[in-house]
Amino acid sequence: MYTQALDQIGKETLHTACADHAALEARFQQRVDADERIEPKDWMPDAYRRTLIRQISQHAHSEIVGMLPEGNWITRAPTLLRKTILMAKVQDEGGHGAYLYSAAETLGVSRDELIGQLLDGSAKYSSIFNYPTPTWADVGAIGWLVDGAAIMNQIPICRCSYGPYARAMVRICKEESFHQRQGYEIMLRLAQGTPEQRRMAQDALNRWWWPALMMFGPPDVDSSHTAQSMRWKIKRFSNDELRQKFVDFTVPQANFLDLKVPDDELAWDEQAQHYRFGAIDWSEFQQVLKGNGPCNRERLAARVCAHEEGAWVREAATAHARKQEARAYAQVS
Amino acid sequence: MSESRDWPLYEIFIRARGGLDHKHVGSIHATDARMAMEHARDVYTRRQEGVSLWVVKSTDIIASDPADADAFFEPARDKIYRHPTFYDLPPEVKTL
Repeated sequence: MYTQALDQIGKETLHTACADHAALEARFQQRVDADERIEPKDWMPDAYRRTLIRQISQHAHSEIVGMLPEGNWITRAPTLLRKTILMAKVQDEGGHGAYLYSAAETLGVSRDELIGQLLDGSAKYSSIFNYPTPTWADVGAIGWLVDGAAIMNQIPICRCSYGPYARAMVRICKEESFHQRQGYEIMLRLAQGTPEQRRMAQDALNRWWWPALMMFGPPDVDSSHTAQSMRWKIKRFSNDELRQKFVDFTVPQANFLDLKVPDDELAWDEQAQHYRFGAIDWSEFQQVLKGNGPCNRERLAARVCAHEEGAWVREAATAHARKQEARAYAQVS
Repeated sequence: MSESRDWPLYEIFIRARGGLDHKHVGSIHATDARMAMEHARDVYTRRQEGVSLWVVKSTDIIASDPADADAFFEPARDKIYRHPTFYDLPPEVKTL
């Protein structure tokens, strides 16, 4: 489960609704301010609906694409237990995608439409999945750092103003903790292993640290949608707040592994009670977002291929259902 | 993707333990009731979340309109005498 300040992505601006809707809008905002949940059939501003459709669908796409970098390790996991754990995790990600597409559908879009946007490349997904997973330690680092960052992003969404999204997120967060813990355990075993295994763990941390920090989205000063999303209680904390919290939680975990976080400027600020960290290379983030990351094309191609190769299964299931229905109808008539 | 466009939506209800009500947990697309049941099991009960499942076609659910909620539920609003606490009884009377 992975969000990446997804509300940042996308070009459309958020309008306030026209004057006719002023009263409805005011009433809507009152409900949100009073921490009431908005449900599918309730009146809501168009911009709120659009923002949610974009954010929830990008979140769903991220779950689905997120199955790929780990899925390609299922056959190569070092033990049978690790294989079964990894399969369970990848299955969870598929399930999370299903919960989220359902939540998006309550806003009046169809799942087919959303999946179509993913496959034709017009929809975004978390750019973290456009990085490669060359070693087994990457599976550990993904669970620990990527799922860890995702949890940090997602826990506040459990209190999102939109009911179906909040409820899906409660279910997802419950399952996410297993993902992070199994990842850290892989890192722990490697960090306590042979010198070669330690090097592998360090190498994975080196490669995943900065992309994990970028998962929280652009710095607050560059984040155009944050204020509106916060007013609507779709978002509860700013990108920088969540990123800082992630660093504060994660650095001691890295220290325990006796691995070095790849940031020479990282230092504990006693007065602020926070870790200070170095500048993030946002040009890399923009490049990956634009489709020029190490694996953008490969990931989408794998997704399109899986969809096309599964077409006959979907067609057969539809045909079977029609036949059963016809038979049942023939029996009663 | 046109081949899956017709897959109906089913709402999923789970009884977490014997003795409890079935509770709505989400929805799923499936070609028929049997597939809905199997997919609901795989998607919503991977961690023993339930001992019984109901799947209901979403189109078969008739819901009240939130826009009319005030008027629709209004008849119950002024009938406070339906609650036991409405009745002020002397404290020395027991077991009432």
